[in-house]
Amino acid sequence: MKTTDLDFYYGDFPALEGVSLDFYINRVTALIGPSGCGKSTLLRCLNRMNDLIPYSRAEGKVLLDGQDIYDPNVDVVGLRRRIGMVFQKPNPFPKTVFENVAFGLRVNGISKKTYLANRVEESLNLAALWDEVSDRLDDSALGLSGGQQQRLCIARALAVEPEVLLMDEPCSALDPIATQKIEELIHQLKSSYTIIIVTHNMQQAARVSDITGFFYLGKLIEVDDTDTIFTRPKLQQTEDYITGRFG
Amino acid sequence: MMSFAGTGQNQIKEMDEFARKGRGRQRRERAIRIFFFCIALASITTLGLIVVFLFMEGLPIFAKVSVNDFIFGRYWYPTDEPPDFGIFALIMASLAVTTVASVISIPLGVLTALYLAEVASARIRELVKPIVELLAALPSVVIGFFGMVVVAPFLQEVFDLPTGLNLFNASLMLAFMSIPTICSISEDAIFSVPTELKEASLALGATHLETIVRVIVPASISGIATAIILGMSRAIGETMVVLMVAGGATLIPSSLFDPVRPMPASIAAEMAEAPFRGDHYYALFATGIVLFIFTLLFNVVADHIAHKYRQVGAATL
Repeated sequence: MKTTDLDFYYGDFPALEGVSLDFYINRVTALIGPSGCGKSTLLRCLNRMNDLIPYSRAEGKVLLDGQDIYDPNVDVVGLRRRIGMVFQKPNPFPKTVFENVAFGLRVNGISKKTYLANRVEESLNLAALWDEVSDRLDDSALGLSGGQQQRLCIARALAVEPEVLLMDEPCSALDPIATQKIEELIHQLKSSYTIIIVTHNMQQAARVSDITGFFYLGKLIEVDDTDTIFTRPKLQQTEDYITGRFG
Repeated sequence: MMSFAGTGQNQIKEMDEFARKGRGRQRRERAIRIFFFCIALASITTLGLIVVFLFMEGLPIFAKVSVNDFIFGRYWYPTDEPPDFGIFALIMASLAVTTVASVISIPLGVLTALYLAEVASARIRELVKPIVELLAALPSVVIGFFGMVVVAPFLQEVFDLPTGLNLFNASLMLAFMSIPTICSISEDAIFSVPTELKEASLALGATHLETIVRVIVPASISGIATAIILGMSRAIGETMVVLMVAGGATLIPSSLFDPVRPMPASIAAEMAEAPFRGDHYYALFATGIVLFIFTLLFNVVADHIAHKYRQVGAATL
């Protein structure tokens, strides 16, 4: 998946300018930068979630397997099934644990009970949540702890077998232990997905990602291997940000 | 204003002044609190007294007629000799108009709310929502008038009826009255479903329609249910419209186009001619009690639903 020369506007305000960035399969790409720098906007461009915002528009290209997802012929619903998303705040549906995970499958028209049950178990296992909730599948998802809810949201996204997983500050509302669990999970999931994560937490970016892109004022300032960005950034601005001198 | 810069005697004087002002403030706070308490007490007491009065004036009829005969009695001939005080036909009329009105107003109200909250553009929503809410301000006598002069002749002609003032006409007018209530309260509930839930559903590849049906409506069902019940309770208690357009015949309706006499219409029409503290007078108040119990039930149910299925926001930690 890649973007070429992507601009994004909220009304007249340019939130992204000329962003060209490649995302690789089996790699975790972290997007860092101060608040308002456009990293979340970029993430939400990748599954066209920004379509919901009135008076916004995107220019440039976002390619998934070589196809521009902003092409007018693209089926947005189908696209979103290929690109899973995990949000900043855990947002399980006010349904049971099982129905939360099964939701994406059901809207895909799958209703066979045994298949659903298998996929739900599989997804919860992938999200390292099965052992904690296997006896509470019929309880409300809202009774789970924050960390469990976020892993449930990950399981829910995985259930539809996406190719790309977008994570928008998935740990910002979680305590350190829950955060650690999610990070371990990201490590494991890397082997089968393209993962793109927005984070405010520099240590997190250093821990979980392979590639890091630094954004400032809507522009991609620098992108490189995470090790390089955190040890020998090419630009002074990047170094200032990751060492905490600004931002 | 308050400086503690002075020393010795001066400072002590200032401290005294400070304490004095503090006491004054506390007194004023207390006075305000008592004032508000009295106001609240006055309005609540008045309402309470009305209920007491309703029961005091209504219960004596049950010395003459058993509760069972009163509620399930088929005949309402309050001025005959001997009189018959059976309000079953009135209750059935009230239930019938409310039911038919609900069948019309619930789908229209809820679907309009869904349209406004989910489908309409922001501009249309800003424009239409206040209009819908203004409709709730239409005086019921105006709606009744419309039913009498416009709808009744139309029904009479189209369906070739003896009278256009009937159950269907009353239900239609009551539906008009409850739609704004149902629509406005449902719309608030639907609109307050967190964007996070909507986005979660869309991100999983659900279409807009699937998101509405599977996520937004279930998440706002308590608000929608409350809206429906409040709308129905408005319909069952409404007097003027049913007095004007229901037809006024005391019979158990067997067709949509039968003229009927719902409880509020009966009370309003007969109260003026019922001899003060006579049996008829007591019977009308007892009818009021039955009506009160109905609306009370509606409100208790609405309250219960609102609490049980409270709006579940974005997940809290």
